[in-house]
Amino acid sequence: MGLLKIDDLKVHFPIRGGFFRTIVDYVKAVDGVSFELNEGETYGLVGESGSGKSTTGKAVVKLNDATSGRILFEGQDLSKLSFGQMKPFRKDIQMIFQDPYSSLNPKKRVVDIIAEPLRNYERLSVGEEKKMIQKYLDKVGLSPDSMYKYPHEFSGGQRQRIGIARALTLKPKLIIADEPVSALDVSVQAQVLNFLQDLQEEFKLTYLFIGHDLGVIRHICDRMGVMYRGRLVEEGISEEIYENPQHIYTKRLIASIPDLNHEMREKKTNLRKRVAKEYEQNHSKYFDDLGRAYDLKPISNTHRVALR
Amino acid sequence: MEKPILQIENLTTSFKIKDKYYMAVDHVSFSVSENEIVAVVGESGCGKSALALSIMRLHNNQRTKIEGEIKYRERNIVTISEGQMNQIRGKEIGIIFQEPLTALNPLMTVGDQIEENLTFHTKLSKEKKRLRTIELLTQVGIPSPTRTYDQFPHELSGGMRQRVMISIAIACNPSLVIADEPTTALDVTIQAQILELLKSIQKETKMGIILITHDLSVVAEVADRVIVMYAGQVVEMGTVKQIFTKPLHPYTRSLLKSIPSQATNKKRLHVIDGMVPSIVNMNRESCRFSPRIPWIPCNAHEESPELHEVAPDHWVRCTCYKHFYFKGLQRGEITNGIT
Amino acid sequence: MWKFILRRFFVMIPQLFILSLIVFALAKQMPGDALTGISMDPRISPERIYELREKAGLNDPWYEQYGRWISGIIHGDFGKSYTHKIPVTEVIAERIWNTVFLALITLILTYLFAIPMGILSGRYNDTWIDKIVTGYNYLGFATPLFIFALIMLFVFGFSVGWFPTGGSVSSKVDAQTFEYYVSKLHHVILPALSTALIATVGTVQYLRNEIIDNKFKDYTRTARSKGIPDNKIYTRHILRNSLLPIAAFLGYEITGLVGGTVIIETIFSYPGVGQLFISSIGLRDFSVVTAIVMMLGFATLLGTLLSDIILSLVDPRVRVE
Repeated sequence: MGLLKIDDLKVHFPIRGGFFRTIVDYVKAVDGVSFELNEGETYGLVGESGSGKSTTGKAVVKLNDATSGRILFEGQDLSKLSFGQMKPFRKDIQMIFQDPYSSLNPKKRVVDIIAEPLRNYERLSVGEEKKMIQKYLDKVGLSPDSMYKYPHEFSGGQRQRIGIARALTLKPKLIIADEPVSALDVSVQAQVLNFLQDLQEEFKLTYLFIGHDLGVIRHICDRMGVMYRGRLVEEGISEEIYENPQHIYTKRLIASIPDLNHEMREKKTNLRKRVAKEYEQNHSKYFDDLGRAYDLKPISNTHRVALR
Repeated sequence: MEKPILQIENLTTSFKIKDKYYMAVDHVSFSVSENEIVAVVGESGCGKSALALSIMRLHNNQRTKIEGEIKYRERNIVTISEGQMNQIRGKEIGIIFQEPLTALNPLMTVGDQIEENLTFHTKLSKEKKRLRTIELLTQVGIPSPTRTYDQFPHELSGGMRQRVMISIAIACNPSLVIADEPTTALDVTIQAQILELLKSIQKETKMGIILITHDLSVVAEVADRVIVMYAGQVVEMGTVKQIFTKPLHPYTRSLLKSIPSQATNKKRLHVIDGMVPSIVNMNRESCRFSPRIPWIPCNAHEESPELHEVAPDHWVRCTCYKHFYFKGLQRGEITNGIT
Repeated sequence: MWKFILRRFFVMIPQLFILSLIVFALAKQMPGDALTGISMDPRISPERIYELREKAGLNDPWYEQYGRWISGIIHGDFGKSYTHKIPVTEVIAERIWNTVFLALITLILTYLFAIPMGILSGRYNDTWIDKIVTGYNYLGFATPLFIFALIMLFVFGFSVGWFPTGGSVSSKVDAQTFEYYVSKLHHVILPALSTALIATVGTVQYLRNEIIDNKFKDYTRTARSKGIPDNKIYTRHILRNSLLPIAAFLGYEITGLVGGTVIIETIFSYPGVGQLFISSIGLRDFSVVTAIVMMLGFATLLGTLLSDIILSLVDPRVRVE
């Protein structure tokens, strides 16, 4: 049984217009997305800006309201819960954000940043709290004396670790990582990715990993979903999707990844041209008249594709 | 051999921090020829953007000191007056910035911003300028150029804005274009298109391109020659083939190894110990990368490391590359070296 | 655009309604009413006063009084002034143009000082010229308007005698002649100058900071990369972007001025709405007071509307269809 099951999730934002600012249309940021996360796995959501991948992640922690559909966490539908009713679940689901520079309050010390979720849920004595924070700082590889420093005294990678430490204190089951390494340099990115894997092993975490870098997604995710304009176009085991992409959009994405092997240049360029041509010619095979991707259909037990 | 357009000799750019100058670009020398893409690669803080801005002399000149020579077609542009420099900026050398939303004036139409370049460097009539601008917009692949001409930057998507940025840079047919992280803020599919576009423009105009980027895979895709920078210095320089098939400097090798790819699937990635030093407190005497490879013995490093030509056109700084090996990593331990 | 303005007017209706309730309630809370003065008079019997009160409707429940008052306003009737014995609208109409004239001259002077000072100190920040302007700014922020105005009045009105010390026009000139307008201007300059010299510092500081801010923006760097000379970069790029928030602030500036006239008109005995306001409070002429407060409130709302309209005109990012 999956830890998190998202069933036909829709998040629509109203567009207001006209004299009385009435709702004239909707932006369908997420438009009928379904997938499932098993315990202990890393599930990647990949797509370009505006594809709805972040909105999906935020809907799980109710930073966005779901318009319809179900978000089942351990069998409980979160989408119907009020803000107050969500409280016990917030402990189990934590979020890590992209920008380590703006997601930490610059006026708070590290100790207060990390302790904040803890203070919301548990009553700990000052001594206990300190011990706990030291433990987590140690886990994320920061020295105990960094407790009384402010975020600006740290580098990007270290700040991202502070964000991760904060997410860990409540011993969550699910972590939603929204582009956690996109703002980091390659070498720092490597640190954070390794470290997310270590933590996963140690705390039996499940990750919903949202990203746009296909190399990173491939590296870290067991299974993944490719999003395009609010819809999933392909979903399944990462290996299969990379080795055998079926949807034209997935093919385009994969073809766009720059190759470290400089001898592949010519081949890559030709591949991109081929895919672009196919995209134009066989549009109706992949998208309906409204330009919307079709519903996902299984092509194997572990691979689903949006084909007509 | 194509003739060089730009020759940089011992370029040193220092920033004033609390009344003292610190070198952000430290005696950098290289050249760019016609029809060539030279990539400058490194992580944030290595001085690559400072280098790009130095070539255009766009730093705040109250706080910046530029020394050495930047010879554009045999003329040292470090010492010429601001007025003479304005004849080079935009006309002879164009620059493309990373973030196209903030790099464009929000209150001016796209057309006006491109035409500005023509106004200051050509004697074209109003109508001719308009035609040239629309031609440029077509050239960079904007689908409805006449409409875009009258649009404002916020009305365009990120990829379209970057195309506008490119058309500003190439408006006067410069012989050199500096692209400072031109695709970093863009999606992968758009990134591929923009790189393709730059290459196709180059084919037509034979311009030289300096591509500043932190992304090694972008370098592998488009560059002819590669310059790897670390802590303000060039640590390795060579052809794309040399750098990607036979990287020598420990920094280049470590960077390449830390990139996640299909081979690294779920395995641990390589991590470089420590952090990039800040320009204020770094040891400038010895090998600047040595604190990050502490397992390599001290005597492997040179006392004051120099660039050595190890193969024709392949340069490496310090002798430590001869003794470098990757430290074996044990699963489970976090060996990042950060306190 | 028209749709936008119209919608903003509709939004103003409930705002004005709430304002009218507050104004009315405050007026009712004030001790005494228009008849308090004569009720002290022993020659008039209490019955007569009661009769007068009844006639004036002052004994009715508050909502009836409010209803009468508000429906009057909607029809353009603010009631009758008890001291002037003529309709309130006429009392105000006599003086409003003086106030508008004063406000307009003040506004012009404010920007006339602010824009060059702001540009100079922003462009050449941290030089001696910037230090002078910034120093002036600190002085301006620290000086209360009424004290500065009194000093100006004393020096230029009484001691040096360059400007008249009261009134809005000399009694010796005939209306509609050229001398008449010169005299009007002569009377308005000292109060306008006093206000402008103080009121300008906010705008100077704002403009200075905007310019310094825009100087280091990415788009300015792009402009420099095109080889545009420094002067042109200021006129074409930095100034436009820096003046934008200043222009948008114009509406609020007007609002501030309207409030400022109350003090300045009283100090310079300038017969405008502000002076009328103060004297009417003293005389408990509440129909005049409430009318003026309503008017000032309306002017404030118009000012904010003006700001929004200007902003949507000059900034393409908020342009409305």
